[in-house]
Amino acid sequence: MKNLFLVLIVFFTFSCKDNSEGKKDSKDFSTENIDKNFKDISKLKVPIYNFSQLEPLLNKNNDTTNVINFWATWCKPCIAELPAFEKLNSDYTNKKLKVILVSLDFPENMEKQVLPFIEKQHIKSEVILLDDPDANNWIPKVSEEWSGAIPATLINHNGKRKFFERSFTFQELEDEVKKVI
Amino acid sequence: MKTRSKLLILAIAVLGIVTFGSCKNEQKKTSEEVAVNTTETENSEETPTAVGYNIGDTATDFKLKDISGKMVSLSDYKEAKGFIVIFTCNTCPFAVASEERMVALDAEFKSKGYPVIAINPNNPKVQPDDTFELMQAKAKEAGFTFPYLYDDSQTVYAKYGATKTPHVYLLQKESGKNVVKYIGAIDDNVKNASAVKDRFLANAVNELLAGKEVSVKETKAIGCSVKQ
Repeated sequence: MKNLFLVLIVFFTFSCKDNSEGKKDSKDFSTENIDKNFKDISKLKVPIYNFSQLEPLLNKNNDTTNVINFWATWCKPCIAELPAFEKLNSDYTNKKLKVILVSLDFPENMEKQVLPFIEKQHIKSEVILLDDPDANNWIPKVSEEWSGAIPATLINHNGKRKFFERSFTFQELEDEVKKVI
Repeated sequence: MKTRSKLLILAIAVLGIVTFGSCKNEQKKTSEEVAVNTTETENSEETPTAVGYNIGDTATDFKLKDISGKMVSLSDYKEAKGFIVIFTCNTCPFAVASEERMVALDAEFKSKGYPVIAINPNNPKVQPDDTFELMQAKAKEAGFTFPYLYDDSQTVYAKYGATKTPHVYLLQKESGKNVVKYIGAIDDNVKNASAVKDRFLANAVNELLAGKEVSVKETKAIGCSVKQ
């Protein structure tokens, strides 16, 4: 019995170690292609806003279409749909459209999760970290329809607002944007 | 080259998950790697989640497997006055931040007739951190004093209308029915328990215990979407 226990401990210890090595490898792979400008995390800046600072960006009444996506680095479906928002941002550069990615990561994870993620994924859209604990107060101000689950997206064009508590493909997102423009 | 390295990363990550299930933290990071590198959307977010219970509706009973292996139903609790049903999961940061509060709520209200019943609605095929075995490990590590049930058919959360974890439903027994009295968040500060000003859920239970109507019936909080 004791031996079995020992063997198990050795196995688990070994497997943990191995796993972290695997992780390291995968990191090396993905940073390989990132251009040099993006290697320096210290150059990246993500402002931390409370809701009253964020709110004006959600309610802009001008000729720019604002696409505001609520996400977090730990949210799998959010991360899966980010390329669609990035593509929208780059495809519509000349068409008065702005994508804002509002991260709901905890601010203490800025250095170790949020910035490295932005760097690694080469995110070009504007990123803001929303740090406002009183979600019950501000969630309905984004949309009465929002239960609080992420991903969630708000499209606002000159006061014409559409809210979605769901994931998007690029095509689906573009279709919704075309409806409000 | 890009596709090849993506595939390699994916292979390494999958290998990590399969082989090293015992290393919780590493595993979590590994599955995040999968997420980061997979642009394919994995779940059916298309299904509208507007269905589910409203305040005053009768909540369904269920028979779900607890981490102890025992099947648990609300009807097993003959003496209970009601239930604090919390849809939660193993690794969602908002769920993790709420663990101690769930244990404290059970300590505060089980003896008064409102036990906590936690249900994990996530599909472990989509969210590998939410297997039954990892639920057992989580309950042990977090010191859960309440059942932690596995909604493996993914039907219970859908009936309740839970969209995220954590998502709370407070039920009160009324002539044999479990009536929904409160839906939403545990309190007004999920990130920091010591900065809580309004204990929505506890206030609601206390109001029911005092024979009053719940004053704040629904609240909103950020959570991780249920992984279908």
